[in-house]
This record gives sequence, structure tokens and C-alpha cells, in this order.
Amino acid sequence: MLDGIDALLLARVQFAFTVSFHFIFPAFTIGLASYLAVLEGLWLWTGRTVFLDLFRYWVKIFALTFAMGVVSGIVLSYQFGTNWSAFSDRAGPIVGPLMAYEVLTAFFLEAGFLGIMLFGMNRVGKGLHFTATLMVAVGTLLSSFWVLAANSWMHTPVGYSISEAGQFVPEDWWQIVFNPSFPYRLVHTVLGAYLTTALVVGAVGAWHLLRESTNERARVMFSMAMGMLIVAAPIQVFVGDLHGLNTQEHQPVKVLALEGHFESHPNGAPLYLFGIPDQEAGTLRYALGIPKLGSLILHHSFDAPIEGLDTVPREEWPPVAIVFWSFRVMVGLGLLMLALGGLALFARWRGRLYDWRNLHRFAVAMGPAGFIAVLAGWVTTEVGRQPFTVYGMLRTAESVSPLDAPAVASSLIAFIVVYFAVFSVGTWYIFRLMAHLPVTPEPGLEPGDAPIRTAGITPAPAIDPDRAIGATKKGW
Amino acid sequence: MMDLPTLWAFILAFAVFAYVVLDGFDLGIGILFPTLQRGPERDQAMNSVAPIWDGNETWLVMGGGGLLAAFPLAYAIIMPAVYAPIIAMLLALIFRGVAFEFRWRDPGHQWFWDLSFASGSILAAFAQGVTLGALLQGIVVEGRQYGGGWWDWLSPFSLLTGVSVVIGYALLGSTWLIMKTEGALQEHAFRYARITGAGTLAAIAAVSLATPFLEEAYYERWFAWPHVLFTAQVPLLVVIIAGAFVLSLHRRNERLPFLLALALFAMSMAGLGISIFPDIVPGAVRIHDAAAPESSLIFMLIGAGFLIPIIIAYTSYSYWIFRGKVGHEGYH
Repeated sequence: MLDGIDALLLARVQFAFTVSFHFIFPAFTIGLASYLAVLEGLWLWTGRTVFLDLFRYWVKIFALTFAMGVVSGIVLSYQFGTNWSAFSDRAGPIVGPLMAYEVLTAFFLEAGFLGIMLFGMNRVGKGLHFTATLMVAVGTLLSSFWVLAANSWMHTPVGYSISEAGQFVPEDWWQIVFNPSFPYRLVHTVLGAYLTTALVVGAVGAWHLLRESTNERARVMFSMAMGMLIVAAPIQVFVGDLHGLNTQEHQPVKVLALEGHFESHPNGAPLYLFGIPDQEAGTLRYALGIPKLGSLILHHSFDAPIEGLDTVPREEWPPVAIVFWSFRVMVGLGLLMLALGGLALFARWRGRLYDWRNLHRFAVAMGPAGFIAVLAGWVTTEVGRQPFTVYGMLRTAESVSPLDAPAVASSLIAFIVVYFAVFSVGTWYIFRLMAHLPVTPEPGLEPGDAPIRTAGITPAPAIDPDRAIGATKKGW
Repeated sequence: MMDLPTLWAFILAFAVFAYVVLDGFDLGIGILFPTLQRGPERDQAMNSVAPIWDGNETWLVMGGGGLLAAFPLAYAIIMPAVYAPIIAMLLALIFRGVAFEFRWRDPGHQWFWDLSFASGSILAAFAQGVTLGALLQGIVVEGRQYGGGWWDWLSPFSLLTGVSVVIGYALLGSTWLIMKTEGALQEHAFRYARITGAGTLAAIAAVSLATPFLEEAYYERWFAWPHVLFTAQVPLLVVIIAGAFVLSLHRRNERLPFLLALALFAMSMAGLGISIFPDIVPGAVRIHDAAAPESSLIFMLIGAGFLIPIIIAYTSYSYWIFRGKVGHEGYH
């Protein structure tokens, strides 16, 4: 029996590890693909070199990130079977087709046009190349559509019946895809990805502005990123609130956990800012809260009663401390993003956007904030769904593969070692690309001559400005 | 008239075949990598697949995702049964996939990423072969789950299929290089096409001879009269293709060896189909018993019927954009 529990815990740790690691890459490439499409579109529209330079600067970073996203994503498509075979058997008829649609509409689209986007500028016309970039961007968005439809259905399952064998049988695909939590989760996640990208682009721009405040390319990327931030961050706060209300309606226990409401509050609940959740004792220790504000946020009324976790059977509680803290990390970072966007807007108004060094330092510090916030949000929603994989219907303990603990433990160790080794090196290469000041003309990934080479790092003779597309065609 | 589960079995077989031949040749290039000279030879070999490898590997996700979607029970039984080789394959594909980008980013450590590319390709191919062998030799099933241990996959037969797939992919890789390169590298590819061609034929023979004796049912499906009149065409065609292959190398055809290598893989796939059909978990679960509910299969069929032709169209277009010999300009 002890073995059974251990194997389950190991399988959960393994999935949490591989999915979180993977999620870092698409959280960045979803936004970056759209940004690249915007840059190339602006270049074609205005003819300004700076946009082509920026496109080429970021496309190299995109190529690296995308490769890591692909290989870490393939792992997931098999891990459902290797570690969660009972879940696959029972929920496969619903989750499987949604993921198959992700492959058919998104993965092939991205992969089919990625080669042209990265290496094809000299082989196809500008219009076609732009189409390829657009297709890759559309692919990343379609991918989020389907994978979040599947994930949302696991949170708010509808449109199914249960067969004799215990399988979920799809009855109404429209209901399944557009399940109650899907629209909110989709918008919230994609906005999160856009914010993540804006923060990274902003941090890189700011980093270079701190070193060379007159660099036009650094200025343009910083300005675009801060513009995106001030538009997207307030919308995200608003959407996040709607998502929270939706969760309140469909998964109230998750909301109780993330708010730290162990006890019921018949006359209006406080909003707890801090506290140490004690799951054993069922209480929030050292709680610091603002009276009545919790009820106001969740029910838009000061005195609305809130029933606490004490009204829910303990075996249906999620791990409260994790959800409580990850939620606070996400919200706190979201507010900091809003602050950065606001300060940048203020600086723009005062004409100080490119020489206010403290703003740039703040932006550099916020570079990783999107990743942390996205992961924290992910942890909040996924851990908050526990102890179920399909909320209310299928327990995590019933979803796991019949594997011995040593098998799961050894694969877990292998994943941890390989992921940290390979992806740390990859991240290091990305940092090196980012540390490189964007120049004009910025070299791309195309083969000036074979081999395909990244002229940014290879010795100078490899950079042949005459070969750069546009150089000959546009005459500069 | 074919029913839905059988139709889906054929669609998945197509996806698996597409994966095997497409990723087969780019994994094959990784397998051959240690025999190539550092510098321009390796660069050219890598460039010949750099724009398309990601699309090739997507068929692997299609195979896995498709199996989950169309035959969730089979997916749930098979994956834990071949746990170790699948995990090994996934990790190997990581080392190999990132090498496409990393080796250009870090000239000082290019040797390391070349090693990672080669060993990742070899291990991934070997693990796929082992998985196939483990599947063919039979899986212990209890109820709706895998019932065996976590080393059941290991046997002389699965090691044989593992090595066979490595050799077969190397054949695809070398014939691909014949088509895509010229000069010294092409000479090298011709030489390795002969070696791996002979190896592949030996491997096909060995696996074919061993398979019918693994399970009574396999033997029946191959040798029962008058069925044998039909199944005997497969080895006959293999012999004909093998002859044509030898001739094509001798005449120094540039495209034909690759196409004939594909034909050899198609025949092997047909052979596998004959052994396994109508099971999906050989000897344990039939296609019909593992199939997802009709509402799942129909929902996906609409998308697959519409999207797979489009996917094939734009994938072919991408191949066409990057057609011709690598290292030569002048196609734009």
C-alpha cells in the first residue's frame, strides 16, 4: 500500500515537473510568434529597416525557444499514457480528440511553416514569407485553443455520459469544447503569454538602453513592449477577475483554498492578504485580512456570507498552502506589471521613456516576472483542482498507471537531470543572444551560403551584409 | 464497407508510417553523423533536414495523440508496458532535437552537440525498435490495464527489432543524403547506402523469420491456406525491391535509392499489419474492443478527413521550397 502511494506521488511530481518546464517555452513563443508577425508586417508596411533588424534579432531567440518547446512537448503527449494510463483509458475519448485536433490544426501548421519562416527568406517572396510567419503565429494560438479546451473540460466537465466500462463518452462536442471555464481560461492564458513576451522584450530593450540609450532598435523594442504592457495588463486584471468569478461558480472549493477561507463567514468574509495555511488544523495562522473585502470581490456585496472549507469534506480539499501562495505570487506580479506599464506611460508622456534609467532597471528586473506569474497561475488552477483530475468525477489516485515506484522514480530522476542540463544550456544560449546588442543590418538565420549559420556568433567574415534579404532588393 | 474503428486503425497506421519514413531519414542522418567529417560534411547533412525535421517529428505526436484519441484502451495498456523504452526515446529526442539549434550557437562545444545529436538519434531509433518488438512479443493485460512488470519489454527479440530499426533508419538517412548532396559527401552516402541496405535486408529477414514463431496467431495469419497466396506477395515484393535497390545504387541513381528504401519500409509495415490485424494490442485486445466511442471517432474523422490532405499539401510545399542539393544557392 505504501508503494502505491509512493508511485502516485512520484507520478504527480513527474507530471508537475515536465508540464511546468514545458509550459515555460510556449508561454514565451505564443507571444513571440505574434510579435514577430507584427514586426514583419510593420517592416513590409513601412519599409523601415529597424523592424527587419528586430525581426531577425528575435527570430533567432524564437528558433531556440521553439525547439525546446517542441521536444519538451512531445514528452507530454506520451506521458498521459506512461504515467496516467487509467486517466487515458477513461477520459481519452474526450481529451484525446481535442489533443488530436491540436496536432492537426496547430502542430503541423507551425512545423510546416517554421522552416520557411526561419530559413526561407531567400527562397520565397516577401509576401509568402510573411504568410509563413503568420501561419506559425496562428498555429501557436490554435494550439492554446485546443489544449486549453481539453484542460478546461477537466476543470468543468460537461457534455458527456459515462459508459459501462467507466469511460467518459462524448455526447455534445460543442458543450465539451466551449465548456464553462474555457473562454475565461483561454483569454487569461493567452494574455498571460503576451504579457510574458512583452516583459522579456521590454527587459532586453531596457538592458540595451542602459548600455546605449541611443540604439534605435533597443528603443523601438522597449517602446513596443511597454505599449503592450499598458494595454494588456489592465485587461488581464479584469479578465482575471472574471475567471475568478467563473471558478467561484464552478469550483468553489478551489476559490476557498486560494483565499484561505478555512472557516465560514456568515456576515461577510475578509480578504486575507497574508497568513500561514495549516491544513492539519484547518485554520489560517497569523492571518492578516481586510474585513468584508473578500465578500465584496467574490459576491460584489460587503455582507455576502461565504461558507468555508469546514463545510467541505476533508478528502476533497486541495493542498491549501500551495494554492494560497501561488495565487498571491501571481496577483502580486500582475500588480507589478501594471505598475511598470503605468510608469512607462508616465515616462512616455514626460518624454523620458528612453533615458529614465530607474525605469529601465525596473523593466530588467521584471523580465522573468511573466514566466513566474504564468507558472504560479498554472499551479493555482491545477493544484486547486486536486484531488481530482476530472473535477468531481475522477480522482487523481484513480488516474495513475499500474507502475512500481522504482520505475517512476528512475524516470523522474532522468527527466530532472536531462531537463536541467539541456534546458539550462539552452537558456544560457538565449541569454547570450539577448546580451548581444541589436545591430543593423542584423544577421538572420538564412544560409548566406551553406551551412545555415547564425552569423551573430560566428566570426565576422560569415556576416555578409550584401546577402541580407532586402539589402539587395530594397537598395540599402 | 470499412467500419469506423478499422478506418481509424488505417489512419493511425498511415500516421505511424509517415512518422517512420519521415523522421526515419532525419534520425538516420543522426545515426550516420559519427561517420561524417566534422565541418562542412556534418553541416551539410544537418542543413538537409533542418527546415523539415520538426514537421517530421509532428507525426510522432499524431501517432501518440491519435492512439489516445481513437483507441484510448490500447494507449493505456501499451504505454506502461513499454515504459522504459518510451521514456528513453523521449529523452533521446530531446538531446537530438535541441542539437539542431544548439550546435550553431556554440562553436566551441559543437563536438558535444554533435555527439548529442548522434547518440540521441541512435537511442531514439533503438528505443522505437524495442517498443515494436515488445509489442509484437505480447503484453500481459489484466482487466483494462497493463498487468506485467517494468522489464517485460526486454528480450532478445526486442533487442533484434531495436537494432533493425537503427539500421533501417540509417539506410533512409544515407539514401536521403545521396539525393540531397553531391561530391565527397554523396560518395560517402553511396557507400553507407550499400552497407545499411545489406544490413536492412538482413534485419528484415531476421525479424520476419522470428515473428511467426512468437505467437500461434501470427503463424496462422501468414501461412494458413489459401491466405498464404496473398501474404506470400510481401516477401516476393521485398526481393524485387531489393534487386531494384542494388541496381539503382550500381547505376548511381540519385533519387531511386531513397524511393526504394521507402518501398522496403512500406513492405515491412504491410508485413506488420498482416501479423497484428485485427488486434491492436497483439494477442490481447482487438481493434474493435479498444476503440473510442463512435461520437469520438466521428468527431475526429471530420477533422482528419479535411485537415490531413491540407497538411500533406503544405508539408509537400515546404519540401519543395527546400528542394535541390544543399549547399547550392540559386533556387530563389
